[in-house]
Order: sequence, then structure tokens, then C-alpha cells
Amino acid sequence: MSDYVLMQGDEAAALGAIRAGCRFYAGYPITPASEIAEVMARELPKVGGVFIQMEDEIASATSIIGASLAGVKSMTATSGPGFSLMQEAIGYAIMTETPTVFVDVMRGGPSTGMPTKPSQGDIMQARWGTHGDHAIIVIYPSTVQEVYKYMITAFNLAEKYRTPVVFLMDELLGHMRENFKFPEDKEIFVFSRLKEEQLKEEEVFLPYETEEYAEPTPQPLVEMGKAKFHVSGLIHDESGFPMANPEIAGGLIRRLVEKIRLHADEIAMYDEYMTEDAEILIVAYGITARSAMRAIRIARNDRIKVGLFRPITIWPVSRTRLKQLLSRIDALIIAEMNLGQYAHEILEMARSSTKVKLVNKVSGELITPQEILDAITEVQSGIMGYY
Amino acid sequence: MPVNLFGLAKTFENRAEDIGLVQGHRLCPGCAAPIVVKFSLMVARKLGYEPVVGLATGCLEVSTTIYPYTAWTVPYIHNAFENSAATMSGVETAARALKKFGVLPKDKKYAFFVFAGDGGTYDIGLQSLSGMIERGHKVIYILYDNEGYMNTGNQRSGSTPTGSNTTTAPVGKVIPGKVQLKKNIVEIVAGHEYVYAATVSISDPNDFFSKIEKSLNFDGPSFIAAFSPCVRFWRIPDGAANSISKLAVETKYWPLYEVENGVYRVTRKPRQFKPLIEFLKPQGRFKPLLSRPDADEIVQRLQEYVDRRWERLLTLEEATKGKPIR
Repeated sequence: MSDYVLMQGDEAAALGAIRAGCRFYAGYPITPASEIAEVMARELPKVGGVFIQMEDEIASATSIIGASLAGVKSMTATSGPGFSLMQEAIGYAIMTETPTVFVDVMRGGPSTGMPTKPSQGDIMQARWGTHGDHAIIVIYPSTVQEVYKYMITAFNLAEKYRTPVVFLMDELLGHMRENFKFPEDKEIFVFSRLKEEQLKEEEVFLPYETEEYAEPTPQPLVEMGKAKFHVSGLIHDESGFPMANPEIAGGLIRRLVEKIRLHADEIAMYDEYMTEDAEILIVAYGITARSAMRAIRIARNDRIKVGLFRPITIWPVSRTRLKQLLSRIDALIIAEMNLGQYAHEILEMARSSTKVKLVNKVSGELITPQEILDAITEVQSGIMGYY
Repeated sequence: MPVNLFGLAKTFENRAEDIGLVQGHRLCPGCAAPIVVKFSLMVARKLGYEPVVGLATGCLEVSTTIYPYTAWTVPYIHNAFENSAATMSGVETAARALKKFGVLPKDKKYAFFVFAGDGGTYDIGLQSLSGMIERGHKVIYILYDNEGYMNTGNQRSGSTPTGSNTTTAPVGKVIPGKVQLKKNIVEIVAGHEYVYAATVSISDPNDFFSKIEKSLNFDGPSFIAAFSPCVRFWRIPDGAANSISKLAVETKYWPLYEVENGVYRVTRKPRQFKPLIEFLKPQGRFKPLLSRPDADEIVQRLQEYVDRRWERLLTLEEATKGKPIR
């Protein structure tokens, strides 16, 4: 018998989360993310976890913060309109340094938009949706297999850096079924919380104490246990108590941002395809990267030297690697199913002499390999001087 | 003379487009929601009102407005899932202001309707509904209660009855589906005090019409909870919406009553009631529950619950008689 099964993206997200140790899910039905809730409702009780359907997305988002602080790994999943409602809670999770995973299976927006059509319109909202200065980790897989794999990574990063992690998926990936193989136990690392016995009895637990300021590393949260601490969305000191002292306020906000920024290279994940000799670089993520790979294979038949850089953590992106690649290419193609949201991030790093071609689509359809191929042909003839 | 089915049928014969919701929408065959809408709009039209409708996200919204078509022949707005009551609060206020400044004729009669499902009413839309009633907007909020998130494929809602099989509260070997009771939305609304709140069923059209008429005449917000069977996820035959609604009334599952300024009145008191099991049995959504070994026990508990609720309703009717809050 083959090791492969047919798996839907939403299902893989739910099962990956359970494998990562998620034991609390709160959610609200919304197309195209409802299936994640449905699988969780069925599977979580079997492993001793709890599924609750809440009255809306605001409640879903805040209850997972409560559950995570109480000691279990927690997540929720939604789509565009629900993701908008969750933004305040995401900010709260950042401020209170609560490990949580927010899945956004993207559909066309704004507003109700196109509930059953794919879109990559929430790229900037995932980064800057909540108010105030902050940093965040956003993971964006391309295949059903990766959904499972990186869901585990999402939980690990959330726990390690004590931060909400946004997990973006394409509507198409959420609903698509493809070949899937459960990874073996030895291929999986799961980050654990501090055990109760690891706490010193006589000491007061300072939840917001970090190891060192230059490269702040938050201590892990405690498992279900007796650690008591004060939690507030107000500016607070290391014990968690509100404090309006300018020094503490500035220090806290900087630390919240720097704990991600200074570890960006450690956090950032990416994938490359035929970049060794590339003269043209395509930057694409999620489902669009798969169209790009197909286009690259066709273009390579014509000896066009084109490669793909696919960020898996779109925030933070690996600037180190991207700058290396950008320094030696002639042309850059950025393909995304929006009107150029991620292009900003990339173009900031590109040399001014690089020819740039954007491939954008917001019609509720995928960007096809042909459209990317057309872009490749266009920049290639520009490079060759056929213009 | 009160509005009756025969009179309405006569009035709208060959003038279906005047009702406000016309044929060609894509709701499932046998769905009760369009009947609820048409019953409401017909009464408003018949009494000389110009209906203006606002919809919450849901089956009714997506199925009646599929691009490039619309089934609505009246002014229509859809905003989002959680804010139809707030949206219509704005519309109603604007109309009042426009009348005040003489832009709209003062004697023009508008009927502002919200049509929302149970998800958009019991759960995510409750805050908005409460605000609308508290501020006293003259809007008629009509809930078509199909007891679940049917548009997204049968997830449980605050309205789903105990023991019903849904995808997010599935009936299994250990957990018997949804364990909580259905929210009593009419009492929640009636708790706002200056409001007209009522339950209706399509199986009792004349009662339905008279309650819509009362809502139109009531000088403040109204709330009508309409029982609305979902043929798809209640797992009932296409033609069963009416007979299931009838059973709901006859088994005390869906008592027909109204609360006007705090005064309760039960509008239908069947002489004899049927046991609740007769309502549960024909519906596939209760089949997994009824095949559990502890089914009798659960059904017995539900029976006791509806009995107690009915008794309580009669007591409230007695206690509040002639004692309106204002």
C-alpha cells in the first residue's frame, strides 16, 4: 500500500496543528476556512483537546489568547472579513506576547468580495492589519504537503518568540486535494512550553522577562500550571503590570519589534528554483509560485536563464539571501494575485538598474504559467535589446 | 378587515413583481426563506408601504443576488454578516432626516425591513440588533431561523437545537451533537422592553400576516422570528417545509406568541399537542441522535423542556396581562 493519501489543504492545516500540539481551537464558520473548523470539531476531542464554536471572529480570536495564556497551544482560522475583525486581538496577542496561530484562508476582497475565489489580497493586512508599531511572523505555504509541515513550524515559532503567527493560505489551496504523505516522527520537531516543575517555587514568575536586550529572546510560556501573572494590553513592565514610564514604554515596543527583527535570518524560510545561473528572477509565493515554476521550466527549454525565489515566511523575508540574488540579476518579475502589495518589500531591495515587470491579477482567477511566461519573454527581449 | 391569504393572493395575482422578491432566485427548491420574505413584503405593500430591505450575509443574500441578476424589485442593501441592523438604522435615520428637510414627502410610508438568518441574528449580529432596538429605530427585523449556518454548509449556531447533527457539533459515539439549548432570541429582544417581538410560522399564514401588520403599526422597532426549515441540512423532502413548520407549532417546539411592550400574548393555543418526537423523527438531522442508545432519555429531557417552556409562557401571559411597560 502506498504511503500517500489524498488530502485537502484545510484538512492538512487542522491535522498539522494537532500534530504541533494544538489543543484548543475556537472558530466561526466562513468560506473558505470552515473545513478547518469542521475537522477540528471532529478530531480535537479525540486527542483530549477542545473545540468551541464562537459567536463571531472577535470572540474566536480573543478566546484563543485566553486559552494560550491558560496553558495550551491554541489557534483559529478564518478568511478576509473575519480576519479584519480579528485585527484588534492580533495586536493584543503581540502586546501580551501570547503564542497563537491565526490562519487566514484568503479570498477576494475587500468586504464580502469573492468568497469562493482565490486572491492574495491580505498580504499587507497580515503585516500591518493591527494598529501600532509591531513585528509579526507570516507563513505562506504553496502545497498541501507544506501546509501540514509549516503549520507545525508556525506553532513552534509562535511558542519560541511568544508572538502570534499568521498563516496565510490561498482559497485554492484550502479547497484543493492533492497527494499527501504524513511525515515521520523523526522529521518533526515540536517546541514545548516550560513545565510547571521547571519554575522555581519561591520565585515570582516574570512572564515578560527576556534574556538580553541586544537580542531579546522571550522565555517560553508555562504549561497549564500554577504560574500566576498579570496580563494587560496596556504598556507594562516585565511583571506584566501597567506602567506609563516613557523608558519602559519605549523599551517594550522596541523589544517587541526587535525580538522578531533581530532574529529574522533565523526565522525566515524560503525556497529557490533554478536560481544558480538566473539572469531573470521571479518572486512569487503561495499558489502563484507553482505557476511560476511551470513557466520557468518552459522558458528554460528556450535557454532563458530564469529562476524563482519563493518566500515561505513572507514577513520577515530573508533580506540577506534576497539581496544576494538581486545584486546579480538583470530583470525581476514579481507575480502576485493583488495589485502589487508585496512588490514594495522586494523593490526596496532591488538595484535601480534592474528591469522590473509586475504580473498582477485580481479577477478571482489564478495567474497562469502562460502569463508569467509572457512576462519572461517580455523582459528577455528587453535584455537582448529587441525592444 | 385584516390582511388574509386570499386577499393577498387576489391583490398580487399577475403582479408578482410588485411583491419585491421575484422568481429566478437560486434558493433550494422547498426553502422556506423566500416564503417568509414574500409574506412580509406582501403585507407591507398591501397596506400601502414602500419596502426598503437590508440583508445580512447568508443563504438568502447570496442566492437572490447572483451577478448579473437580482431577484429584488425593491431598494436593497447588503452590508456584511454582523451589521444589517446597524445598516438599516442608518437608512431609517436618513429617511427621517430627509422627510424633516422636505426632500422626501412627509406622508410617504416606508417599511424598513432587515432579513437575516440565525447566524446573523443570534450570534454575530446580536450586538447590532440590540443597538438598533435600544435606539428605537422603526425597522422590522425579520429573522428566518433555519437553525444553523446553512450557507457555509451546516455548522452549529446559537439557534441550533440540542441534539441536531452539524459539522461543528457532530453526533458521535461520545458526544450527542450539540449539547446546549437553543437561545431564546425572542425573550432577549423582548428584554429591550420598548419593542414588538413575535414568533411566526409559514404554516399559519394569517397569524403571520397579522403580526407583520402589527409591526408596521408599531411606533418603534419590531422583531419577527420566522421558523424557516432548511430542506438541505434538516434532511427533509423538498415539499416538507410547511408540514415540518406545522409540527413545530403542534409539538410546542415553536410556540406562536408575541410580546408587545412587555405584554405576552400566546396567539395560538392548540387544544392538543403532539409529542416532540413527531417533530424530530421526520428530520434527517436528528437521525444520528435518535439512533444512539440514549436517544429516549435525551428526547424525554427535550420533551420536558418544551413542556416547561410552554407552561412558563402561559404564566407570563397571565402575569403581564394589561401591564405594558409603557
